[in-house]
Amino acid sequence: MNDMSDGYVTADGRQIGGVIMEMKNITLRFGGVVAIKDISFDIREGEIRAIIGPNGAGKSSMLNVISGFYIPTEGEVWFHGYKRGPMRPYQVARLGIARTFQNIALFDGMSVLDNIMTGRLTHMKSGLLAQAGWWWTGAAKEEDEHREKVEKIIDFLEIQNIRKTPVGRLPYGLKKRVELARALAAEPKLLLLDEPMAGMNVEEKEDMSRFILDVNDEFGTTIVLIEHDMGVVMDLSDRVVVMDYGKKIGDGTPDEVRNNQDVIDAYLGVAHD
Amino acid sequence: MADAVAKGQAPAQSIPALLARNVARYGGYPAYREKEFGIWQSWTWAQAAEEIRAMALGFLSLGVERGDHVAIIGRNRPMHYWSMVAAQMCGAIPVPLYQDAAAEEMAYVMEHCGARFVVCGDQEQVDKIVEIEDRIHAIKHVMYTDKRGMRKYDHSRMNALEDVQAEGRAGHSRYESELDKRIAELTYDSTCVMLYTSGTTGKPKGVVLSNRNIIETAKASSEFDHLNHNDEVLAYLPMAWVGDFIFSIGQAMWAGFTVNCPESPETMMTDLREIGPTYFFAPPRVFENQLTSVMIRMEDAGRLKKWLFDRYMAVAREVGPDILDGKAVSFGKRMSYVLGNLFVYGPLKNTLGFSRIRVGYTAGEAIGPEIFSFYRSLGINLKQLYGQTEASVFITQQPDGEVRADTVGVPSPGVEVKIGENGEVYYRSPGTFVEYYKNAESTASTKDPEGWVATGDAGFFEEDTGHLRIIDRAKDVGKMADGRLFAPKYVENKLKFYPSILEAVVFGAGKDRCTAFINIDLTAVGNWAERNNISYASYQELAGHPRVYEMIREHVEEVNASIAEDPMLSGCQVHRFLILHKELDADDGEMTRTRKVRRNVIGEKFADLIEALYDGRDEIYTETEVTYEDGRKGSIKATLKIADAKVASAKTMAEAAE
Repeated sequence: MNDMSDGYVTADGRQIGGVIMEMKNITLRFGGVVAIKDISFDIREGEIRAIIGPNGAGKSSMLNVISGFYIPTEGEVWFHGYKRGPMRPYQVARLGIARTFQNIALFDGMSVLDNIMTGRLTHMKSGLLAQAGWWWTGAAKEEDEHREKVEKIIDFLEIQNIRKTPVGRLPYGLKKRVELARALAAEPKLLLLDEPMAGMNVEEKEDMSRFILDVNDEFGTTIVLIEHDMGVVMDLSDRVVVMDYGKKIGDGTPDEVRNNQDVIDAYLGVAHD
Repeated sequence: MADAVAKGQAPAQSIPALLARNVARYGGYPAYREKEFGIWQSWTWAQAAEEIRAMALGFLSLGVERGDHVAIIGRNRPMHYWSMVAAQMCGAIPVPLYQDAAAEEMAYVMEHCGARFVVCGDQEQVDKIVEIEDRIHAIKHVMYTDKRGMRKYDHSRMNALEDVQAEGRAGHSRYESELDKRIAELTYDSTCVMLYTSGTTGKPKGVVLSNRNIIETAKASSEFDHLNHNDEVLAYLPMAWVGDFIFSIGQAMWAGFTVNCPESPETMMTDLREIGPTYFFAPPRVFENQLTSVMIRMEDAGRLKKWLFDRYMAVAREVGPDILDGKAVSFGKRMSYVLGNLFVYGPLKNTLGFSRIRVGYTAGEAIGPEIFSFYRSLGINLKQLYGQTEASVFITQQPDGEVRADTVGVPSPGVEVKIGENGEVYYRSPGTFVEYYKNAESTASTKDPEGWVATGDAGFFEEDTGHLRIIDRAKDVGKMADGRLFAPKYVENKLKFYPSILEAVVFGAGKDRCTAFINIDLTAVGNWAERNNISYASYQELAGHPRVYEMIREHVEEVNASIAEDPMLSGCQVHRFLILHKELDADDGEMTRTRKVRRNVIGEKFADLIEALYDGRDEIYTETEVTYEDGRKGSIKATLKIADAKVASAKTMAEAAE
């Protein structure tokens, strides 16, 4: 598993690149609680990498470590060949990492368009003063450019009809899509999705799966996702990390993981004798 | 030849020739607009002609031959309209198909016409073609407009449409002379388009329409309503439907007006408001939905707004239609109407996107008199027309100043109409179709040697006005057990005029009394439920709610009372009814793609329910198979209640005459 340099070719013929992020012996403790225990794995460029596991397995904590929100108690995170230290959120964004949240975190009173525009923030050059100057400082022109990028994303995710609708009025499934749109607006290299399908019906799940695949295909974005729905995970992802009680119990292609006895035990339960 | 056409010295004999004429006449005027990335993109006639030509050259490079069929499956986009004209330029025949058709339905049509080339809107359509490709060996090349998600497909026989254009531009010197030769070969009698009829019965039939059919019809109808190059239409109806072909290609090419394509089907209402078309066509359903949403929003409006609305709508109802028809109206009323226009009608029309409408048409189904007069009272010149695919749309239409809800108007210019002995309507016109493709038998049974075509509809001319009135489908008009006349559509239309009833299917042929299935309108009934504190979790639960049944019963009884007025049809009163647990759906084959009910399919599928309507039971348990959008099947189980409705005693002929 540790041939870091070359990458591999997926079943459907996509070329996956080299390692862009590596987690080395990560342990995360909150006081006496061990959320993550000595986990190592890597993320390769252009792949869809899933983290699965039963409730409380430490998946979301792991995602927070990847995003830099949590600093591991022990272990190292290597990103693009550099060891990563503590970071502020804007620094994370500048590294090209964007995420969505398990419990939607959008601005309810703002329109879909404005919400997605906030995703462009890290790419905006004009400061407060320049924006106050508006037209003659070039801020208007800059906004046009950002709007153009945002419109492409709106088109991509097929949400033209709700462009001007306040987010608070949207149904759950669409909010999730808007959140994805906002994350995409930051033009991330690495996109973290925390349970993108939670609470969706079959049709919404199908739509979301298609969008995730399309994002990966169209923009070449590396995607790390946490998901409960095993069917979705197995269909979408190239490689899967399985966690249980904070430990890694499996890592590999969906097929490998499916046939891993530890994984089967964790999911189906095991007889205690 | 082309120069003479452009200068207006010779009549254009084909759509490509009209295009050349428009470039010469209106070169700098907008021909097409499409909203994309939040902005209206536009193409002038000159630019559009260049795009179309590049596409035609690209088609030649792919090997499109004379007489080939090119299937087009996608939503209304300039690219798709261009591909139809480009196909014509190559001597090929465009065949637009319904994009929401399932792969199976598509397979039949593709096989029937032997389409060698397919233009798909997006990945979804390409997937359907890939699915049926093994069975249909004729397909040589697939093109698509939207590149999204297409990267992983095998591109040995597949291309993006814009790449085909690029190929055409690159190889123009190789194909230019061949293309010009083919354009010059087109005559008035070459096939312009082939359209498949929705087919309420049996398999779809391919209606072949010539350049003569389309251009003559477009010319006559454009002149009838004085359409010109400053007009604007919104192209949002299915491209496979003859109406869209006539409006967005025939009349647009003839009159040179602008075709605007919405951003997506869901944004149609917003786009309508932004464009404000001057010429508009919609089936009654669209007008109904708009009115329902206006009424729902007015229910929630503040007291002052509601008062203003009610006050001035009353004025509009009283004098609006007369003012529109140019009849005499007192000065005081006129002033009220002016004020109303300032406070209510103007803003309302603006919200609906009807501020600039000069001519609006509705057709396809009967429109409710209240709905019809609502729009007319606002000063919107909404009219009715009657037509069908085989006639290149127009058979009859209403002239300005002679507009009524219950007729479909007088014969269109150039059209002859007669009523057969059995009451069936026949017509003959320059727009009459050439033939059903590969179906001489049906052609012969529909079109007689003298060119008269049977419409399949029963109707009559009103003696004093000369307007045509349509009663029902001729074959649906039947007899009840005791010999009284049975006209289901007549009753269904009356029922459907209630906002809470979406669809109704009436049974009774050969029986002693009539019964009905009702489909509730989820938007209207849902809103009503909200206001009346009725909670429900699903469509099924709402449909089965006792108070919904009570409301529908009232509607049915009102309809019964109104039917009883007409001695000829009084036997059609509905004695018992039930509210269906699912919406009738084209995906389940219960309706056509143009949303007409398929009686025989429904009769077979719900045989158990019909039986229960007649054997006196109060409720029945049933399981129904449903098809999801992606073609998977599932089933819905439900116990349906059956309700009785009071019938009014029929008036005798003598009483009615008094």
